[in-house]
Amino acid sequence: MLAFVVSIFLLAALIFYVTAGGADFGGGVWDLLAIGPRATQQRAAITKAIGPIWEADHVWLILVVVILFTAFPIAFGAMMTALHIPITLMLIGIILRGAGFIFRKYDSKASEVQRRWSALFGAASFFTPLVQGVTLGALSSEEIRVVDGKVTTGFFAGWLTPFACVSGLLVLTVCAFLAATYLTADPAGEPEVRNDFRRRAIWSGSILPAIVLLLLLAAQNGAPQFVQRMASWPAMAVGIGIAAFTVVALVSLTMRRFAIARAAAIAEVTLILIGWGWAQYPNLITPDVTIQNSSAPAATLRLLLIALIIGAIVLFPSLAFLYYIFKDKGSRPVKAGPE
Amino acid sequence: MSDLLFARSQMALSLAFHIIFAAIGIGLPVLMVLAEGMYLRTRRPVYLELAKRWSRGSAILFAVGAVSGTVLSFELGLLWPSFMAKAGGIIGMPFSLEGFAFFTEAIFLGVFLFGWNKLPPLWHWLSGVLVAVGGISSGIFVVTANAWMNAPTGFKIVGGKMTDVDPIAAMLNPASMHEVLHMTLAALIATGFAVAAVHAFLLLHDRRNQFHRTALGLALILACVCTPIQIWSGDLSARTVARIQPAKLAALEADYRTQTGAPILLGGIPNDDARTVRYAIPIPHGLSFLSTHDFNAKVVGLEEFPRSDWPNVRLVHWSFQLMVFCGLILLALSIYAGWFWWKHRSLPDRTWFLRGIVAAGPLSFLAIELGWFVTELGRQPWIVYGVMRTEEAVTPMRWLVVPFTIFTIVYLFLAFMVVYLLCREFLKTAPAELQRSVT
Repeated sequence: MLAFVVSIFLLAALIFYVTAGGADFGGGVWDLLAIGPRATQQRAAITKAIGPIWEADHVWLILVVVILFTAFPIAFGAMMTALHIPITLMLIGIILRGAGFIFRKYDSKASEVQRRWSALFGAASFFTPLVQGVTLGALSSEEIRVVDGKVTTGFFAGWLTPFACVSGLLVLTVCAFLAATYLTADPAGEPEVRNDFRRRAIWSGSILPAIVLLLLLAAQNGAPQFVQRMASWPAMAVGIGIAAFTVVALVSLTMRRFAIARAAAIAEVTLILIGWGWAQYPNLITPDVTIQNSSAPAATLRLLLIALIIGAIVLFPSLAFLYYIFKDKGSRPVKAGPE
Repeated sequence: MSDLLFARSQMALSLAFHIIFAAIGIGLPVLMVLAEGMYLRTRRPVYLELAKRWSRGSAILFAVGAVSGTVLSFELGLLWPSFMAKAGGIIGMPFSLEGFAFFTEAIFLGVFLFGWNKLPPLWHWLSGVLVAVGGISSGIFVVTANAWMNAPTGFKIVGGKMTDVDPIAAMLNPASMHEVLHMTLAALIATGFAVAAVHAFLLLHDRRNQFHRTALGLALILACVCTPIQIWSGDLSARTVARIQPAKLAALEADYRTQTGAPILLGGIPNDDARTVRYAIPIPHGLSFLSTHDFNAKVVGLEEFPRSDWPNVRLVHWSFQLMVFCGLILLALSIYAGWFWWKHRSLPDRTWFLRGIVAAGPLSFLAIELGWFVTELGRQPWIVYGVMRTEEAVTPMRWLVVPFTIFTIVYLFLAFMVVYLLCREFLKTAPAELQRSVT
């Protein structure tokens, strides 16, 4: 029971990471794909939107990892062994994304220097969510086998499967869709730039359901237990919810109701991840490692739960404050500051 | 080289890289808050400019610290999966708390860096205070986890498994107090001297520049107040290590034989096979005094432990003595600065002193690195002292030379860029109107 509650927190942290941190990667994807006469303005809008928040958003990932290794140490050990290669790739992506972004801001404003850092920032932002999705997908692939906490299937199992690859594509698209929708909703943005992002949001938002279906298709062979769990009524309800919010998001983007579109996009992605969590339950690494058989002692879980609750009480008002200052007050004119 | 050695090298490299940024993440917010606090009190624009300048530097350093810290939290599992599978339930706790502390730091850093014109001044300053509190507490939590690896408590071992886990007792292990104190002070001192070094360097070319004089003064206050306390905390550490990790202390001091009234050996080349130290300068009874505060106490030597339980005596001994040497230089500079201020009521600005401070910046970070070599290498061959050997913890993954090489290249690139960008940022002179606005 304790382990189950902690796993809910784990999923929640993952959802926050994707909807906040994932969107920052998505911003980098659009930075890479910035084209047309307003490419420079598009990049400026992205920089302005993610500058103050990307480090805080990134900490959700650290939280996911520490909850994982505190509450489910055996699962963590097995994941880090079996998925050593994609996770190392992800880490390099994380380093280069952060470095590319911050160096671009502080290095010379000469255009060839800026172009070089933009390329690094964009490419790393494109690459990282892709490997993250591949890594998550591998957990459901049933190819990683674990006996007595030891991985028996080597270092290439699971993450090179079609199912894992489609998972990667899905996470990448989710990030891009969220970012474009958020950028559309910035009230201080130039109308033309916002319109550019509106079109990008509609494209990526339209591709998203197709990739979800492709994932389910790949799962038929690639993740049988996952599919079985999907064929239950709660999963159906989640599926209907995803479809509904997709429609709401796309329609409100078309009608330029940006605040609604942003909320619908967040709801859509949250439901996708809840659906994923449902299909994955109770496995952490399907089929051998479950929430129950890999959890830490009850004393640790209890203490962790207390820490998580107290942490959440401190965290959410602080985060709300951060977003309030930079998102909602963003429209006010600001004198040139040190940034 | 074996995969185990590559794994250890990659971990050491990542830690050695991250610790610089982690230390600055603890120390620099304190300085920014000091500067902005002085501005709020005195309304002198030079303090505001300082707070802004330092915060511009911190943006780059914090970003690199955040990503290199992420790498480390994954590397715990990537390189030492068996260790994490067994101990995750025990040392996960401080890491979780660190997660929240770091979250607070990151959130309010965003507010602080980007909120100069969006918040009332007092609120802005308070968010800076929260950055400092977040930074200091995340450092404390992480060091607690390391302390547990040196002095594991809060569990029982039944049939090879750790049971009866008590994460609080594990965090309050006997090594926590002295490690936390030593590392936190080290972070404050190193940041203080590093910032002082930048401004001392600029003062050498422009002695009357009020901007840099004010900056140097603030940074020196932090560094020079903490340094004597650090020397005391170092003494506390030595005595605690003597009590709870005698093999480590013996290696620090290259002390092979158990003896009463043991001398301290300055320098020298330890030889494990002959169990002697050549070319060392002995100070009679020194070691007995330092480890127990009793000149004739018995000090346990390495000979009491099986050879397979010895750390690398040479590296540990040299790292330790060099760290102490750096510390003593910093102490001398601190005492001189304090004496000068007491005597003249002004900033010490003799050329030799400014040159010394320029050297003290890198020296204080060297001392931090050496201190970590001591505590990490001195714990070997154990990953959890007396409980789990490092070789039992390493990943079965092969070809670790590949990630090691990649991370080495990436870290070299980051280090180069950070230094380059900070030079761009800080070697510019201060705005002309501030240079003489304060007298």
